[in-house]
Amino acid sequence: MTDSLQAATGPYFGDFGGRFVPEALVAALDELADAYDKARVDPAFSSELERLARDYTGRPSIVTEVPRFAAHAGGAHVFLKREDLNHTGSHKINNVLGQALLTKRLGKTRVIAETGAGQHGVAAATAAALMDLECIVYMGEEDTERQRLNVARMRLLGATVVPVKTGSRTLKDAINEAYRDWVANVDTTNYLFGTAAGPHPFPTMVRDFQRVIGLEARAQMLDLGALPDAVVACVGGGSNAIGIFDAFLDDAEVRLIGCEAGGDGVDTGRHAAAIGGGRPGVLHGSRSFILQDADGQTIPSHSISAGLDYPGVGPQHAWLATLGRAEYWSVTDAEAMEAFGLLCRTEGILPAIESAHALAGAMRLGRQLGPDATILVNLSGRGDKDVETAAVYFGLLDGGES
Amino acid sequence: MSGASDRIRHSNAEGRAALIAYLPVGFPSVERSIRAMVAMVDAGADVIEVGIPYSDPVIDGPTNQIAAEAALLAGARVADCFAAVRAVVAAGASAVVMSYYNPLLQYGLEKFAGELAAAGGSGVVLPDLTPDIAQEWLAAAEAHSLDTTFLVAPSSTPERLHMTVAATTGFVYAASLMGVTGERASVGSQAERLVRDSRAAGAHLVCVGLGVTTGAHAREVATYADGVVVGSVLVRCLIDHVNEDQALDALRTKTSELARGVRGES
Ligand SMILES: Cc1ncc(COP(=O)(O)O)c(C=O)c1O
Repeated sequence: MTDSLQAATGPYFGDFGGRFVPEALVAALDELADAYDKARVDPAFSSELERLARDYTGRPSIVTEVPRFAAHAGGAHVFLKREDLNHTGSHKINNVLGQALLTKRLGKTRVIAETGAGQHGVAAATAAALMDLECIVYMGEEDTERQRLNVARMRLLGATVVPVKTGSRTLKDAINEAYRDWVANVDTTNYLFGTAAGPHPFPTMVRDFQRVIGLEARAQMLDLGALPDAVVACVGGGSNAIGIFDAFLDDAEVRLIGCEAGGDGVDTGRHAAAIGGGRPGVLHGSRSFILQDADGQTIPSHSISAGLDYPGVGPQHAWLATLGRAEYWSVTDAEAMEAFGLLCRTEGILPAIESAHALAGAMRLGRQLGPDATILVNLSGRGDKDVETAAVYFGLLDGGES
Repeated sequence: MSGASDRIRHSNAEGRAALIAYLPVGFPSVERSIRAMVAMVDAGADVIEVGIPYSDPVIDGPTNQIAAEAALLAGARVADCFAAVRAVVAAGASAVVMSYYNPLLQYGLEKFAGELAAAGGSGVVLPDLTPDIAQEWLAAAEAHSLDTTFLVAPSSTPERLHMTVAATTGFVYAASLMGVTGERASVGSQAERLVRDSRAAGAHLVCVGLGVTTGAHAREVATYADGVVVGSVLVRCLIDHVNEDQALDALRTKTSELARGVRGES
C-alpha cells in the first residue's frame, strides 16, 4: 500500500460503493455531486464552513484525557475527542452545516433528512433554522418512541417530524421514506443524508465534512506528544468513524478500530454488526456489507442504541475492512452500557450510547495492550438524549439500581 | 410469439396499446397471487409483470409496500417467481419479472437469468439499476436471451435517455411522473413528452407506467405509448378483498376496464 488511502474520491472504494438508485434520482445526485465538486475547491465555501465550525459549532473540539476511566481499560492512556461538546451534542452538525450550505448553493428551499437516534435530525433541523430552509425529518416510529425528547427538539426548531410506520419502523425505513419524498420533490428539495453511506456522492461528501475530527485530533495528539497507538470509534453508518480515521489512514502504525453494535451478541442474530455479521450486497444505493437473508431481503438490525441500529455500513469501511487497514469489532449492548455507566461515574461525562460502544472497545483494547498504550476514542455525542433509556436499563426510575 | 416485445408489437399491429399488468408474487400467498395473475390474463392483460417482493422498496408507494411486506411475512421467496412465470405463459400471456437489484444479486445473476429463461420468462424490469452499472446483469441476460427493461424518468437528461435507450433490450419503461408507484387522480403530464423524447433517442417500444389507475387513463396513455403499465390499482383489488372470489372478481373487472382503455374504448 504505497498510495495514500486518505480522501479517496469514490464512487467506488474497491468493490464497494457506487450508485444503485432509480433513474429518477440520478439527475439530483449528479447535480449534488457537481455542486460539491465545485464547492470543495471554492475558497469562499471552505471559509464559510470554517467560520460556522468556529463560531456556531464551537470547533475545534477539545481532547480530554480520562485517567479514572482508563483504570478500567488496562491502565492505558485514554483520550477522548470531544464531539459531544459540539453545538447540538454530536458530530452530526459537522456534516449538516456543509450539506445545508450546499443546499443554498443549489438554490433549493427545502431539506429532508432521515434520523435514527434523532441526532442527525436535530442537527438538520438546526441547520435549517439557521439557514432558513423548510425541514422534514423522517424517523422510524419505533425510534420516535425511544427518542421522544429529540422529536420534541426537532419540532421546537421548526422541523416537521414524520413517523415512518412501514417495514421495521426504524432508520432503514426512514431512509426509504426520505428517498420517496426526494423522488417526488427533487426540484425544490435536497436530501441531507446523515452518514457516510448511500449512493455517490454521499459517502465521500459526508466523510469530507467529518474529516475535521481526525485532522484536529491528529494535531492535538502530536501536541500532546505522539500519535496514538489506536483510534477507536463507533460505527453505525460510519460517519464519525471515517471522520476520525481519515487523517490517520496513512499512519500505518496507528491501529484503526471501528466498533459495531453487537446487540445481544452477533451469534444471537440480534445485532447491527454489518461487517461482523453481514455479507456484501446492495442497500440504499451502494454496495457494502449488509445484514440480509439468503434472498437478499434486509434483516432488521437490533441495538440498544438507535443511532447504530442500521443493517448497513458505509462502503469505505467495507473497503478498509477487506484491505485490513481498519479492524471492526462488535460490542454488545451490555458492554456498551457498562462503559456508559463507567464514564459517567469516573469522569463526570455522560456519553451517547452510540459513543459508549467505542468506549467499550477502548476498554477491551486497553486490557490487551496494557499501560504503555495510548488510545484515542471518538466521543461522537453526549448522552442527554439517552437518559431515559439508561435510567430504564439501570433501573433508576423506580428508585433502585439493578 | 412469447416475448413481451412481440406481444406489444402485435397489440400495436391491432391498432392499440398493450396492457402490462403488475402483481407481486406471494401476496396474499404464492398460490393466490398466481391465480390472480392468470385471472388478469383471462381478462385481457397482454403481459404480466411478476413482481418479486423486497424489504426496502424505495420507488414504491404505500399500496405496493403493504403487499410486499405481507408477501414477505407470508414467506415469499425469490424462486417463487418462476412458478408464476410458468403459469402466466401457460395462460397465454408473456411474463417479465420486476425486481429490485439485491434479491437478484444474492440469488446469483447468472443462475436467476438461466432459471427465468427456462421458465419461459422473456425479460426483467429493473427499477433501481441503471445501465451504467448493469454490465454484470446484462451479460447474464444476454447469455440467456432475456430482454432488459430500464426506466427513464422526466428528469433524465438527453445523454442519459440515449444511454438508457441504447442499453435497453425489449421495451423502455417511461415513468409518467417524478414519484413513487401508487394510484393517482391523473397520469403525469410529462409522460407524453418523455415518450416522444425516448423515441427520438432511438427507442422502438415505449411503455408508460406510474399512476395509471382507470380505463380513461389507459385510453389517454394508449394514444401515445406502445404499452400501458398498471400496478397499484390491481394490487389494491387484492388488499381490499380478503375473500379470494371477491378479490378475483374485482381484479377481472378492473383489468377489463383497463383492457378496454388500451383499445380506445370506454
Ligand atoms: C452520537 C452518535 N454517534 C454515532 C452515531 C452513528 O452514526 P455514524 O456511524 O454515522 O457516526 C450516531 C447516529 O445517530 C450518533 O447520534
